[in-house]
Amino acid sequence: MMVSQRVVAVVLMLTAACGSIVLAQDAEAKEDPIQSFFDKLDTEYHGFYEMRAGYRLQNDRNEKDMSIMEGRYQFDLFSMRDWGDIKVKGDVYGDGVMEEGVFDLREANLFARPTDTMDVKVGRQVLTWGTGDMIFINDLFPKDWQSFFIGRDVEYLKAPSDAAKISLFMDWANLDIAYTPEFDSDRFISGERISYWHPMMGAAAGEDNTLSTERRREFFEEDETALRLYKNVNNYELAVYGYWGYWKSPGGFNQAMTDAIFPELYVYGASARGNVGKGIGNAEIGYYDSVDDRCGDDPLINNSEMRYLIGYTQEIGRDFTAGLQYYVEQMLDYSDYEDNQPTGMPKRDEFRHLTTLRLTKLLMNQNLRLSLFTYYSPSDEDVYLRPIANYKASDNLSVEVGSNIFFGDEAYTFFGQFEDNTNAYMAVRYSF
Amino acid sequence: MLLKTNTIHLLLILLCGLAVTGAAWAAGAADVPDVQTIVTKANIVAYYQADDGKANVKMTITDKRGQERNREFIILRKDVADGGDQKYFVYFQRPADVRRMTYMVHKHVGIDKDDDRWLYMPAIDRVNRIAAGDKRTSFVGSDFLYEDVSGRSLDEDTHELTSTTDTQFIVKNTPKKPDTVEFSYFTVAIDRKNYVPMKMEFFDKEGKLYRTIESQKVEVIQELPTVTKSVVQDLKTGSKTEMEFTEVQYNIGMGDVFEERYLRRPPREAMR
Repeated sequence: MMVSQRVVAVVLMLTAACGSIVLAQDAEAKEDPIQSFFDKLDTEYHGFYEMRAGYRLQNDRNEKDMSIMEGRYQFDLFSMRDWGDIKVKGDVYGDGVMEEGVFDLREANLFARPTDTMDVKVGRQVLTWGTGDMIFINDLFPKDWQSFFIGRDVEYLKAPSDAAKISLFMDWANLDIAYTPEFDSDRFISGERISYWHPMMGAAAGEDNTLSTERRREFFEEDETALRLYKNVNNYELAVYGYWGYWKSPGGFNQAMTDAIFPELYVYGASARGNVGKGIGNAEIGYYDSVDDRCGDDPLINNSEMRYLIGYTQEIGRDFTAGLQYYVEQMLDYSDYEDNQPTGMPKRDEFRHLTTLRLTKLLMNQNLRLSLFTYYSPSDEDVYLRPIANYKASDNLSVEVGSNIFFGDEAYTFFGQFEDNTNAYMAVRYSF
Repeated sequence: MLLKTNTIHLLLILLCGLAVTGAAWAAGAADVPDVQTIVTKANIVAYYQADDGKANVKMTITDKRGQERNREFIILRKDVADGGDQKYFVYFQRPADVRRMTYMVHKHVGIDKDDDRWLYMPAIDRVNRIAAGDKRTSFVGSDFLYEDVSGRSLDEDTHELTSTTDTQFIVKNTPKKPDTVEFSYFTVAIDRKNYVPMKMEFFDKEGKLYRTIESQKVEVIQELPTVTKSVVQDLKTGSKTEMEFTEVQYNIGMGDVFEERYLRRPPREAMR
């Protein structure tokens, strides 16, 4: 029986995890040879071991039942030198779903402060800016939606960029420039492990019909530039942004309609964040200029858009915080889109409304964190829930259970398409 | 209790010369300052020593079953005004899962003005703004409360000098807004020589003692009495937290580094 197999698999993995953790604790008690090696090099060595297992809660005819099954080791090396800092962080994991071993280099960068008014960071790095909570308007750095939906730690929602970031600090404002010489796309949903609505097939698709894409690989030609000019005025954080690059997840199809493509995209936006009443308010806006379809009449390429976000977070009880956001995507030139959309294809709405609610409660001396993040779209009529319980059994050992729950009225809406991917997972992590 | 302080002055004075000490002592005993002066001085000694400061902090949280958890962080502080606004950085070093997270506070003492707080999470390179919270909640899961660490505004309580011993002033503090706190009052024993708060005792709504904070070790650092070990005991839960300060330095001459640039990447001096 399927269910009992799952239970056995999960129990086996967790037993193995606990075993390895006990061993790891033993190892730490003795002199760790790796640790002492890095000590000699004047390098800080940290990281974690983790086991994570999850299953779909229903059948998905396009994907396996197993949604995540991996043993992961992350190392994090940091060294402070006279001229600057070196950081290397990488993950090695055995992936039981894809049946492969993976090395994912998360960071490998050099950081320096060459002058009093300048910081430079070059190499592989994770980049973030903007005010949204799990909603991104002006943060066009790569996201890993697949990791997010299968229940990896939220750290993995941000995929690294191979970039140079230069920060200039001036009296009147600060400026960040992030230059990525070769376009870094999102790790988008391609059917590989999350089934999705395939627009060309007009049906749900999965690992047998993964989305093939035309990659952009021209070094220094197909590049990305992102800017942020920001200033703190009485602790109100104000920023304007610019981005010159490409849609981060496929934003259209080639003429033959065989491959998804990353059309050119420019984004201009602004944000503000600060105290409002008892809580924190934020607002952000962005104009998405879809350069290859400025008139909006090409049905194969995304139209331009306006995106708007307002949010508010407040503590509503002891160690209990609530955050609300309201977000709108407005398709521009909507009548051109309507006129040119092939018959039979489901049409997007002109306005996509999305609300989010985050509830976080800390219990047991802040060692137990219960959180629920909810996306709900009244226009798409779909929902994505992320309940997570994380317990720190000790300073080193944490246990997590969580779920990714999707539902929607239609098979092609943003979250509705993922309904059959609804899953639950458990994880044990030993940090050192 | 941050960089809070104390009594080694006594020792110093003894070393300096008994005659002088005796004279000073006699003078001190003759006129006891009024309570407002006492609490103001004690507040400055506890939270505003020098213009800025840096310390390595180690917290040991021990629950009633004896299970220990540890926190290690570096604190940087700069005063905007003595007894007034302050800015803090807390660079977390342990446990491993919060390593390199950084917490920044712009503390405001004005009544009804909340502190501004930020948290930087290096794994996702995100600067989060933290909503102002109940200041009587635990600081990093320890028995110290946010308010113990950042200081409780003197305007929140009425102060009464209940007794004066040879060595200490005992001040009783009663909240002006009792429904905003879990205690009915607390007392502070303040060292008469150097105004270091030596012991705080909190009484619940039934008038029963339920929580104490004690300065267990006081050293003179750069001529300033400094509490280098303090312990809070929660008599209700049986839990206690020890907080030890090492490598305390004052007047390091920090510029205004309390901004996003250094939240994302601390100044090097802070990490050494």
